[in-house]
Amino acid sequence: MTLAMLYFAWVRETIGTGAETVDPPVDVATVAQLIDWLSDRSPAHAEALADRGRLRAAVDQRFVPLDATIDGAREVAIFPPVTGG
Amino acid sequence: MIRAVVQSEPIDLAATLAAVEGSGSGAVASFSGFVREDDGVRELALEHYPGMTEAVLHGLAEEAVARWQLHAVAVVHRVGPMAPGERIVLVATAAPHRHAALEACAFLIDRLKTDAPFWKRERREEGARWVAARDRDAGAAERWR
Repeated sequence: MTLAMLYFAWVRETIGTGAETVDPPVDVATVAQLIDWLSDRSPAHAEALADRGRLRAAVDQRFVPLDATIDGAREVAIFPPVTGG
Repeated sequence: MIRAVVQSEPIDLAATLAAVEGSGSGAVASFSGFVREDDGVRELALEHYPGMTEAVLHGLAEEAVARWQLHAVAVVHRVGPMAPGERIVLVATAAPHRHAALEACAFLIDRLKTDAPFWKRERREEGARWVAARDRDAGAAERWR
């Protein structure tokens, strides 16, 4: 399953890129499992994704909880809690 | 009229309010948020999630129109670097009566703060840091659900 990953704010800065294409195995079924799997890509990924309590996610541009499925997803974004306005 | 815009250019207050007032409504309310000048911030930079941000702002505007029977609504949010005193966001609502216009305006800014994917980074004399989210913003948004 090919996924477009997007990272924002300090998640983007720590990982060192704002976008990458990944191909997780089929047993990666939720956002949380995807985060686990991404953490093994590099030390920078591991550092950025270490503290789940500080991470939020969107699947195909909709906010989701970390236990949400990624089945059928094309784009997954991981970022800190939002601070607009 | 619904206008939901994300832009790097400075926000044109007069043009935006004129567009909302052009609906001929009895009541127009607005809210503006600014980069603080009083706590040592040298520059504020806003990052966002292109595509999702515009969709969220438009969705919130549509929800406000349906809930308060608004005649017009504008939500304009700036991104990129900004100096202290500059306008970050402008929300304006037009309705038949003041309560609807004022309530819809509060709804839009409260929900924008928790639902729209923006991130603030502030630069001070001692360095730059990403601004942390505040629990009280979540509480303010929750009262509209």
